Amino acid sequence: WIQNPNFIESLLLHTRRHFCLGVLPDILDRTSESFSLNSKAMDALISDLQSHINKVMAGGGAVAVKRNRSRNKLLPRERIDRLLDPGSSFLELSQLAGHELYDEPLPSAGIITGIGPVHGRLCMFVANDPTVKGGTYYPITVKKHLRAQEIAAQCNLPCIYLVDSGGAFLPKQADVFPDKDNFGRIFYNQAVMSAEGIPQIALVLGSCTAGGAYIPAMADESVMVKGNGTIFLAGPPLVKAATGEEVSAEDLGGATVHCKTSGVSDYFAQDELHGLAIGRNIIKNMHSAGNRGMINGLQNIISDYKEPLYDVKELRSIAPTDLKQPFDIRSVIARIVDGSEFDEFKKLYGTTLVTGFARILGQPVGILGNNGILFNESALKGAHFIELCTQRNIPLVFLQNITGFMVGSKSEANGIAKSGAKMVMAVSCAKVPKVTVIVGGSFGAGNYAMCGRAYSPNFLFFWPNARISVMGGPQAAGVLSQIEKGNMKKQGIQWTKEEEEKFKAKVVEAYDKESSAYYSTARLWDDGIIDPADTRKIVGLCLSASMNRAPETTKYGVFRM
Amino acid sequence: FSPSPLRKSNRRIEKILVANRGEIACRITRTAKRLGIRTVAVYSDADTHSLHVKSADEAVRIGPPPARSSYLNASSIIEAAIRTGAQAIHPGYGFLSESAEFAQLCEDEGFTFIGPPASAIRDMGDKSASKRIMGAAGVPLVPGYHGEEQDIDLMKSEADKIGYPILIKPTHGGGGKGMRIVQSQNEFVDSFLGAQREAAASFGINTILLEKYITQPRHIEVQVFGDKHGNILHLYERDCSVQRRHQKIIEEAPAPNVLNDFRSHVGHAAVSAAKAVGYHNAGTVEFIVDTSSGQFYFMEMNTRLQVEHPVTEMIIGQDLVEWQIRVANGEPLPMNQSQVPLSGHAFEARIYAENVPKGFLPATGVLHHYRPVPISSTVRIETGVEQGDTVSMHYDPMIAKLVVWGENRAAALVKLKDCLSKFQVAGLPTNIKFLSRLANHQAFENGEVETHFIEHFRDDLFFDPSNPELAQEAHNAATFSAFMVAACICEKEHRSLKERPPGGLSVWYAHPPFRVHHRARHTMELEWVNENDSSGSKLLTLSITCQPHGNYHIETGESNSPGLEVQVTQLGDRDFRVEADGVSMDVSLAVFFKDRNKHIHIWHGSHHHCFKQKMGLELSDDDETQHKPTFDTASHPPGTMVAPMAGLVVKVLVKNGTKVEEGQPILVLEAMKMEHVVKAPTAGCIDGLQVAAGQQVSDSSVLFHVKDE
Repeated sequence: WIQNPNFIESLLLHTRRHFCLGVLPDILDRTSESFSLNSKAMDALISDLQSHINKVMAGGGAVAVKRNRSRNKLLPRERIDRLLDPGSSFLELSQLAGHELYDEPLPSAGIITGIGPVHGRLCMFVANDPTVKGGTYYPITVKKHLRAQEIAAQCNLPCIYLVDSGGAFLPKQADVFPDKDNFGRIFYNQAVMSAEGIPQIALVLGSCTAGGAYIPAMADESVMVKGNGTIFLAGPPLVKAATGEEVSAEDLGGATVHCKTSGVSDYFAQDELHGLAIGRNIIKNMHSAGNRGMINGLQNIISDYKEPLYDVKELRSIAPTDLKQPFDIRSVIARIVDGSEFDEFKKLYGTTLVTGFARILGQPVGILGNNGILFNESALKGAHFIELCTQRNIPLVFLQNITGFMVGSKSEANGIAKSGAKMVMAVSCAKVPKVTVIVGGSFGAGNYAMCGRAYSPNFLFFWPNARISVMGGPQAAGVLSQIEKGNMKKQGIQWTKEEEEKFKAKVVEAYDKESSAYYSTARLWDDGIIDPADTRKIVGLCLSASMNRAPETTKYGVFRM
Repeated sequence: FSPSPLRKSNRRIEKILVANRGEIACRITRTAKRLGIRTVAVYSDADTHSLHVKSADEAVRIGPPPARSSYLNASSIIEAAIRTGAQAIHPGYGFLSESAEFAQLCEDEGFTFIGPPASAIRDMGDKSASKRIMGAAGVPLVPGYHGEEQDIDLMKSEADKIGYPILIKPTHGGGGKGMRIVQSQNEFVDSFLGAQREAAASFGINTILLEKYITQPRHIEVQVFGDKHGNILHLYERDCSVQRRHQKIIEEAPAPNVLNDFRSHVGHAAVSAAKAVGYHNAGTVEFIVDTSSGQFYFMEMNTRLQVEHPVTEMIIGQDLVEWQIRVANGEPLPMNQSQVPLSGHAFEARIYAENVPKGFLPATGVLHHYRPVPISSTVRIETGVEQGDTVSMHYDPMIAKLVVWGENRAAALVKLKDCLSKFQVAGLPTNIKFLSRLANHQAFENGEVETHFIEHFRDDLFFDPSNPELAQEAHNAATFSAFMVAACICEKEHRSLKERPPGGLSVWYAHPPFRVHHRARHTMELEWVNENDSSGSKLLTLSITCQPHGNYHIETGESNSPGLEVQVTQLGDRDFRVEADGVSMDVSLAVFFKDRNKHIHIWHGSHHHCFKQKMGLELSDDDETQHKPTFDTASHPPGTMVAPMAGLVVKVLVKNGTKVEEGQPILVLEAMKMEHVVKAPTAGCIDGLQVAAGQQVSDSSVLFHVKDE
């Protein structure tokens, strides 16, 4: 019967019909001018991005790296590679944090953070880079450390601190030490996470001075490497100044002292590789600790998932550099979800917000993507869809390309503020994992409704072309120039057209700079700029990490009806 | 109830007890099975789970591991035969195979001894007696002294009469044990005493004979076979010239570069020799051939089936074990001399557990990985071990015999080389690489074999670590192998993680591993274990980058070495197909743990390399006990002498405080029934000598120091 062409034909027909239901069509016009323009522009952005990345990958420079090697120390990314399961993936976060933030370069903010598996357990890694300013904490370093802890707490990930740091960067102590989200918060987080049963592990691979000494001291278990690892509240110079006692670093706070006498550390490592191996063993021995959420994380996952039907590399050709040019977010979704299968919810209603169900690397998700300005209907649809997903414990993926909510009298009269508030309420209270990717513009309250940084998505990423600001540069220039013009008029000054244009250009320029992805990522407004072609992979990894805890019931506040 | 003393009736043999172990026991069992004859194995406690035990229908324990309490224990073996109701006993080779007493005992107890009559064994077992008989039968003899008078002064004057170099040989035993060559008069006494001692230890009889030592000899032996009806055939000759420590390692049949005339001549001489002692069953008459004159002399007759019998079987297309059984059953030989076929050429290479650079010292250890080449109609593997077995110090360290056949010598040699390069053994040192080098030597290829072959071509056959060019070449080959190892290990790891992702985190174990804006890269430290040069082990640090399409880009830490892009397809658990630089090849890997290290062996093409990968957790937490090497020569102060092998101290020649010359014998070790003289590494004063005769020492344990004065 297999030879019967009619049978095969009917089989194929059946298969096609079965799978056709939610499969997104290929709507990308590869011959169009915009396709090639977009591709070209994105290629330029990516190569620019890659050159920035290459710089930070080199750490603190050849001299510092050489000095580090001469002490038999590995670089932080190499340390993490040795801890990870061989052949496993690693999701590094905020590689460009600290980019052009200070007078001197601070590659990756002097600290490497990210998520990867050790003995099949996802862990958050926080590794000081001793080649960058001796691993000291700048304000942005603290922020990146805290962000990693925040993710770990949110996703129930054991933390592994690879300590090799000179402590706070003293010239900037005012921005490092005293405030709520400053240095002290690191230890607070360690204590709170430990209380919640999220393991805190410190590997002391280098110096660990002053405040830094509390990282291993606050850890559940800590390892020290003979010769390289030191822990003390005050180093030999300060001890001499304070008490006159002369003592070597090793005798003051080396591994032998802390493992044999003080008990500050638990495991004595002969060398760094030994220390890292002990680190892996500690994770292996955790067994059930923190395993609570795993069952839930696993139940929905199918490991045998389909790849999208269309080339993920084409994600580089979709987003236009001119944010005014619209594009169908479905062409992005089609390249992110398994088998390009996307079952749309309320397809015909509030069409500027696309909502629907799909799977990413086997994980069921609810996706919200912008296809234009948010209207009343779109916002209501969004709130409805989020409620659906929270009921069913389906994680949410937001694909932001939003200029804002519709303005104007008609909109206001329709209660756009009320509708927007409903969506913001839904987003805020949703207790399912949320991942946001800004693929185009992110302006105004649209950023809020679409789960911007303030709404604590588990992860948030930027495409290189993306822009973020309260409104667009020209719009802001228009608003500001009108106000300025009014002020001038009051003072009786006549503003020439030329002066006005100059004023506007200045505003646009400032907005342009401050809304760029680099400006954002340098300040940790996001968790990294990503290659559009990596979107599916990264979102998949983020979802996997986020599902590492037990489901929570969502409780909403008062919806203004 | 006692069994009938008339076990030996006219009934054909239905059940054989094989009074041996290892490959020969397996070999005999195989033929017996084919003939429908049931088999009984005997085993010592060391062999409880051995292959020869498993392959027999029944097995009987005969005693503790030492051979004298088990495989040499005649009464236990007879008892086993009685218990199992065997009618015949096959002694194999070695052990009791050439014990006339045992043969007699078998006959007395009513068992058929599958071998020659006890009288022939006795006649031929005594070297001096056998030479007298041969001389009388007109078989040519090497000039020498075979007298019973063993007075050392008389022996010395006899030696002087024959002229040096002289060969000293125990009259009993064989296999080169106790044999010594004496180059000049003043060495005579020491060698003589040593030979006596070794003979006593091995055979219980210490009579010695002297012979003219032929400087460029070939060892050619003739397989003979006789039935109980007085027929004796010769089955052509074998050349067994290539020897180390007076033991054969590569044999072939027929002998190369030999005229037909010589062949029939030597064959007839062998038949005459056998007839002179009323021989039946399988035997071998050994001749020494003086290559300069072409003259051959009778050396000895081995009254058993020999280790190298398969090469003869291959060229005549017969099963000699079957012939043995049929002759023992009283059947006449199946053919006459003119009907004996001669077809093609066969080689046998003996694969030993031994330490070639340490002078072929026997090695012991576990066969962590053992994969002989596949057998076919032209490739035979005779083995008695399996993967996981231990080669112990109790018995012969032979692992396997590789036997190949080709239409002519050249064709057989091609096959031999191919098989040697694919024969996989890991876990203990072997002579495979050495055999391979031997087989590839031009002179061997030309058939220019003689008993000093290895010594003669020492420079070609042994790797000289001080030659920078060779060392560099070896290093490059090892580096390339390390690249292959790294790629295959990565692929294997990735594949197993992908198939069984730990914690169910399948998305985290995709291949290639994901990294944000860069490629996953990791470092692998492999310590190359250079078999040729124990001091030449070198740490290779490899950096492996996972490429987007699943390939691996591998670089060494060395700045000037270019990287290599490698693509790996895993074919089986240990087999891979690797493409590198446009060439794709088969690669096999063996990975096992030993001494807290991960050992990785790789075979590809004609290469075999071994690497050690240190495991991070091997170190304990104790500060003080770290990195304390066990008994590594390198860690000892100069002048320290460590035991080159595990063994028994038979004699200590000096005392603490004795002043010694460099190279002066200090003590004598015995292992595998071979004596090994430990000499002073430098001149000086002996210190810290704590071992005494009769004491067992472990491999690499400190024996003594030589202090400068």
